[in-house]
Amino acid sequence: MTDTAVRKSRGIRHRGALAVFLVPFGALFALFYVIPIGYAVYQSLLVVERDGTFGPAVQVFGGLTQYIAVFENEAFWSSIGRVLLFGVVQVPIMLGVALILALLLDSPLVRGSKFFRLAFFAPYAVPSVIAAIMWGFLYSPNLSPFTGVTQTVDFLSAESVLWSIANVVTWVYVGYNMLIIYSALLAIPSEIYEAARLDGASQFRIAWSIKIPLVVPALVLTGIFSIIGTLQLLAEPQVFQSFSSAVTSTFTPNLTIYSTASIPNISLAAAMSVVLALATFVLSFTVLKLTQRRTAA
Amino acid sequence: MTATTASPRSANAVTPRRARGSGSSQHSGIRESAVSRTIAMAVMVVATLYFLTPIWWLFVASSKTRADFTTTAPLWFADFALFENIAALFDYRNAVFLRWLANSALYAGIGALIATIIAAMAGYAIAKYTFRGRETLFNVILGGVLVPATALALPLFLLFSQVGATNTIWAVFLPSLVSPFGVYLSRIYAAASVPDEIIEAARIDGAGEVRTFFTVATRLMAPALVTIFLFQFVAIWNNFFLPLIMLRDESLFPVTLGLYVWNTQVSQIPDIRALVIIGSLLSIIPLILTFLGLQRFWQSGLANGGLK
Repeated sequence: MTDTAVRKSRGIRHRGALAVFLVPFGALFALFYVIPIGYAVYQSLLVVERDGTFGPAVQVFGGLTQYIAVFENEAFWSSIGRVLLFGVVQVPIMLGVALILALLLDSPLVRGSKFFRLAFFAPYAVPSVIAAIMWGFLYSPNLSPFTGVTQTVDFLSAESVLWSIANVVTWVYVGYNMLIIYSALLAIPSEIYEAARLDGASQFRIAWSIKIPLVVPALVLTGIFSIIGTLQLLAEPQVFQSFSSAVTSTFTPNLTIYSTASIPNISLAAAMSVVLALATFVLSFTVLKLTQRRTAA
Repeated sequence: MTATTASPRSANAVTPRRARGSGSSQHSGIRESAVSRTIAMAVMVVATLYFLTPIWWLFVASSKTRADFTTTAPLWFADFALFENIAALFDYRNAVFLRWLANSALYAGIGALIATIIAAMAGYAIAKYTFRGRETLFNVILGGVLVPATALALPLFLLFSQVGATNTIWAVFLPSLVSPFGVYLSRIYAAASVPDEIIEAARIDGAGEVRTFFTVATRLMAPALVTIFLFQFVAIWNNFFLPLIMLRDESLFPVTLGLYVWNTQVSQIPDIRALVIIGSLLSIIPLILTFLGLQRFWQSGLANGGLK
């Protein structure tokens, strides 16, 4: 009790220093996070009205009109469905590969793990736009170094382009996720394995029964960030529009928002942004809660 | 068998981490069959090919003349014309590509530097001082970590157009100074690595609170600060949506947006394709070098703070 009392008085004593520390971030956070979100919500409640067909456009309060329009917008919902399908397939594959590579790097089976760690992480340094441009060339039927493959399989067709984009995202982010999981593996004290080793357990057995359960928190973290990233997919499909006509202007939710905003129908785009942000939040929160319950039980 | 099990144990007593890495492989080698080693190494090699072949291709393709690009083996060098190609890229349209590189360096370099300092101060204050609303403030900032940059782009555009500041440097630069993840990492790292006793000692020596932070605390928080800087640098360098909707004037573009625009023009101006390839290579080299040069810092920063 005395400790907190002392601390409290200390806080008051250093009010000036606290202001120096907190005001810069607080002000910028308010200006460029809180206020824009608030403004987008406000904008999403407006509708444009005109006096007759050619009268001046006036923005008036429209309540939830824009939200009703969002829910009736089929393109928006089919873009959400597309990225959900993408996420259901791509996120487990990406995290599975990241987990396997992290476990192998952490096992005594692999020599030169430092080199491999950096080699796998290197694509993270490639911006999404550049990665998409690069893979666009690699998928091309004429310019690819693997024309033998790309002339028989059309990676840019309407059926396959979603999965070709999934490969680009996987290529960029496996190494990053692997590194987070690997850091969690390094934090496990090695005494925990010793008993299992003395009992003659194989590396596979140690990985399955000891290591994987202990890195579940890292997997949850990477999973949540991957879900957020999937729902926000934008740069890769935007670039792929140059390579494949199958990537429409409403291919992902953010592309839909972008093309709606450039009509311009700002209020509808703002309402879509709010719905997408809420969907992202609800989904990542649900994953967090579900996995917490499972690990607690 | 007794000898092989005894030696990693004694090694563990000194350096528990290294004993599990490559250092112990000669001991456990007896236990692990040659088959599982071979499979493991095969997986590593295949993964390396998957991750590095595209970058290798980009490098080889950048080094070729226009004629060789389509006629020679794509994964090996022909006439080495990399420097001629770079010169041609820099010459193109009054060196607009150099301008884009400089813009990216400004947005990402200066932006990440200021973002790191600001986030470190806030995280340190939350870790080391008790004040009313501290946890609420931290939770709000933590919520900010979950708000992706792309979700903010449109709201920011609406706000900046209210004050007529779209299509300016500030429209891209100012929003990138905010790193909620940086505050989160700084708080955790400061709580773990800056002892209260050191702050008290600095107070007794008469140093001010702010000075103590800049002279003592930042040194102890260095790995976290490097990590925050790097990830914010990458985030800004890679940011695409915000410049895409904010900027119209080509001379303000970051390199990613510039290359994107060029790539959309390839079908009308086929010659521009070579410039896109060389430009892509040049735009990733600074990031790869930065990561390699600073790896010791960010790897420990990730290990210590990223997961709590």
